[in-house]
Parts: sequence; C-alpha cells; structure tokens
Amino acid sequence: MTVRVQREDFDVGREIAKLRAGTAGVGAVASFVGIVRDSNEAAEIRTLTLEHYPGMTEKALGDIVAEAARRWKLCDTLVIHRVGELRPSDQIVLVAVTSAHRGEAFAACQFIMDYLKTRAPFWKKELTPTGERWVEARTSDDEAAARW
Amino acid sequence: MVRLVYLARLRDSLGTGTESVDLPGEVGTVAALLEWLSRRGGAWKREFAPGRAVRIAVNHDVAGPETQIRPGDEVALFPPVTGG
Repeated sequence: MTVRVQREDFDVGREIAKLRAGTAGVGAVASFVGIVRDSNEAAEIRTLTLEHYPGMTEKALGDIVAEAARRWKLCDTLVIHRVGELRPSDQIVLVAVTSAHRGEAFAACQFIMDYLKTRAPFWKKELTPTGERWVEARTSDDEAAARW
Repeated sequence: MVRLVYLARLRDSLGTGTESVDLPGEVGTVAALLEWLSRRGGAWKREFAPGRAVRIAVNHDVAGPETQIRPGDEVALFPPVTGG
C-alpha cells in the first residue's frame, strides 16, 4: 500500500496501471478522484489552498489504509492527496483499491474516503471574490464516517 | 520544553505557527494545557474557550483531554479537518 502527499498533479490512468502491475489475482479496481469545485456556499472559488501537518498526515493516512486492509480482503491500496494552491477542476485526491472482487474494492474505497475526510489532518482555505476564508467542517462528513 | 504547533485557522487567529514553552508542573494534560493557553487572553481565550472545536495531537497521535503531556513532546492544536 502506498500513501503520498504531494504538490504535483497525478495521472489517474498511470497510477492505476502501476497499482495493478505485478499483483496477481486482481479482479477489481475501485477508484475515487476528488476535484476542486468552482463554487461553495454560493461563492465563486478562485483558488483552494490545502494545508497539512507533515508527519501526522502521512501517519493518519497509513492508519486508515491499514484499517481498510483489516476489514476487507484487498490486494493493494493507493492514496494520493495534493497540498498547496489549487484551482477549480484541479484534482485534489485519488483513492484506488484493488481486490479480487468488486464488493471489497467499492467498500474499502468509500471507507477510506469517509475516514480521510474526518481524520486526516488537511485543511482547506478558499479564495473568493470577497477574500479568504477557512472551510468549516461538515457534520454530514462525520455522519458518513460514523456508518462504518 | 514542549513544542506547540498551531495549524490552519488557529495559526491565523493566534498569529503564530510554533512555539517552545516550559509548562508549569501542574500543566500535565491536554485539558490543563488548553486552560493554561486560554489564560493568555484575547484570541487565545476565544479559541480555547470551553466548547470550541479544537483538535489536539500529541506526537502525531490524536489526543483527548486526559492525554498526558511530557517534556520533549510535540503538541499540535488545530480546527476540525477539511481535506479530501
């Protein structure tokens, strides 16, 4: 399993090809790509700046992926999360999971995203036409994580 | 010495990102640290008031009010996370 926090963009096709390479028995790949929206709470988004806590962020992502591997039978897992200044339609995050069958891959992918949203130390700051603002945490994200 | 790290909105509102402090002997837990910091007044009092959503990590592990703090620890204080 691989966890990366990086400023650079990523190529989903290439990353999934690498994840599958050399792993026999893969019958399913489930992936999620998070994208910067062009608006949030009725405001136009010019830039979205992602901050993290080096050291703890990588550890938290590793713990989440390890927990997924305990709950489901997986072949391999990849998480890439970008930091720094992003713009609308930029890719923010990739979660990709391989397994023998689709059920494990779908479930683990969704679990990892739900836990990432509520447990991995990242913070978003939006630049709108009226200035900068920190994004507030959503209770719907807590509810999504609690169902697991 | 304990290293304190303030992240995201907290860093902005407190006007500092890191500091090293000698904690008094009676400040040995996360709850006591928050109370001690709030005594600085102003933004500190506002951000660490009871009921404010502040998350704490001690040496990169999520901590609770009773988590012990010892010399040499790195204690991070931050708002609820918003990644993904």
